[in-house]
Amino acid sequence: MKQKIVEDLNNLISLFKDGQKILVGGFGISGTPLTVIDIIAESKVKGLHVVSNNLGDYGMGLHQLFIRGQIEKAIGSFFTINREAVVAWSKGELQIDLLPQGTLAEAIRCGGAGIGGFYTKTAVGTELAKGKEERVIDGERYIFEKAIKGDVAIIRAKKADRLGNLIYHTTARNFNPMMATAADIVIAEVDEIVEVGEIDPEQIVTPHVYVDYIIQTAYKKEGDKYVKC
Amino acid sequence: MSNADVRYKIAQRIAQELEDGQVVNLGVGIPTLVNEFIDDKEVYLQAENGLLGIGPPPTKEELDIDLINASKEPVTIAKGASFFSSADSFAMIRGGHVDVAVLGILQVDPRGQIANWAVPNQPILGVGGAMDLVAGAKKVIGAATLFTKDGTSKIVKELTYPVSGVRLIDMLVTDYAVFSFENGEIQVEEILIDISLSELSEKIGISLKWREFIDK
Repeated sequence: MKQKIVEDLNNLISLFKDGQKILVGGFGISGTPLTVIDIIAESKVKGLHVVSNNLGDYGMGLHQLFIRGQIEKAIGSFFTINREAVVAWSKGELQIDLLPQGTLAEAIRCGGAGIGGFYTKTAVGTELAKGKEERVIDGERYIFEKAIKGDVAIIRAKKADRLGNLIYHTTARNFNPMMATAADIVIAEVDEIVEVGEIDPEQIVTPHVYVDYIIQTAYKKEGDKYVKC
Repeated sequence: MSNADVRYKIAQRIAQELEDGQVVNLGVGIPTLVNEFIDDKEVYLQAENGLLGIGPPPTKEELDIDLINASKEPVTIAKGASFFSSADSFAMIRGGHVDVAVLGILQVDPRGQIANWAVPNQPILGVGGAMDLVAGAKKVIGAATLFTKDGTSKIVKELTYPVSGVRLIDMLVTDYAVFSFENGEIQVEEILIDISLSELSEKIGISLKWREFIDK
């Protein structure tokens, strides 16, 4: 059995390189791989293109990479909440590619499924359709959206077995299952690692084939926030 | 009436439109308040971040910051709830499986085309699920105070805010009246305060007429 569990987190640092496209799970802080993000911060890699719904929240998560100037471009659906990101964008220090949330999710799903792109009726006739191919199918207007793939995906799950089968926790699932399928290297940060066979096969959401590395999270929930263990 | 009272009044009126068995997505702002007036109707609330079956807000003991709605507020789950990924959630939305989306609006034109995600001359950096819901829900109900703080009507002859999609909404509930949109035409379904149809028309600068109820 391939050893996917990484005990010494410093061993992950060499996986990150300047200019990579990194898919980052999470919606707000829910389902965000906070520990792996800390490692990226430590690695000091720059020029990252980050695909994530938003750039963290409450100064946590991707916000950490943003304030360190490691992010060149953010691809996601909701950056308005992040005032510093808006300022950086208006100064030309941060590129932003805005996609409707459902288009973002589907683009990543396609990226992992060997599909080059898809036609969607979302955003037809709006500013976000500018420059995109439009096509009428059965009398309805659709626009073409390209699939999204990453060099690395960092995701958050509740539990992994040693093979890398994953289950998630409530709405912390969000973008994580698709991101697990859509990158060359996939790192899963989990609360708990169990032996193979301990997760009911009927419950597994992400089969192990997608997961390359597993780490134990360094964070825990305390009331209304996440704190380092 | 205070601003909060007005918002609750709109939410309460929208709740009347919901029917047993419907899957409903409530947007940010006034739409969120609709939840407080659903009472014993059996509706299933969908959150686009991957939950069908939103329950009441959590107590301090129940709080789990991973379990949130699309406004990133902590929630609980209702009996029969299910969790799914964002891709599955938006398949549900775009695929026409959500019966009603209640969305806050910034502007609507007389045909029912809306603007609800961005304001002019501001950086456009957030859209979230707004456009997917506009494009995909079976029925879209707009929720808004009829006038902005400076007294400008949100029903406008032509949108000046960035449009949210080509799909026309079905209904608009405001503090003044309930409007419906059929065949590209705005009609008044109900007036909620002491004002005549002609006074209302004059106030918003668009000639309004009552909705025609045709016996089928």
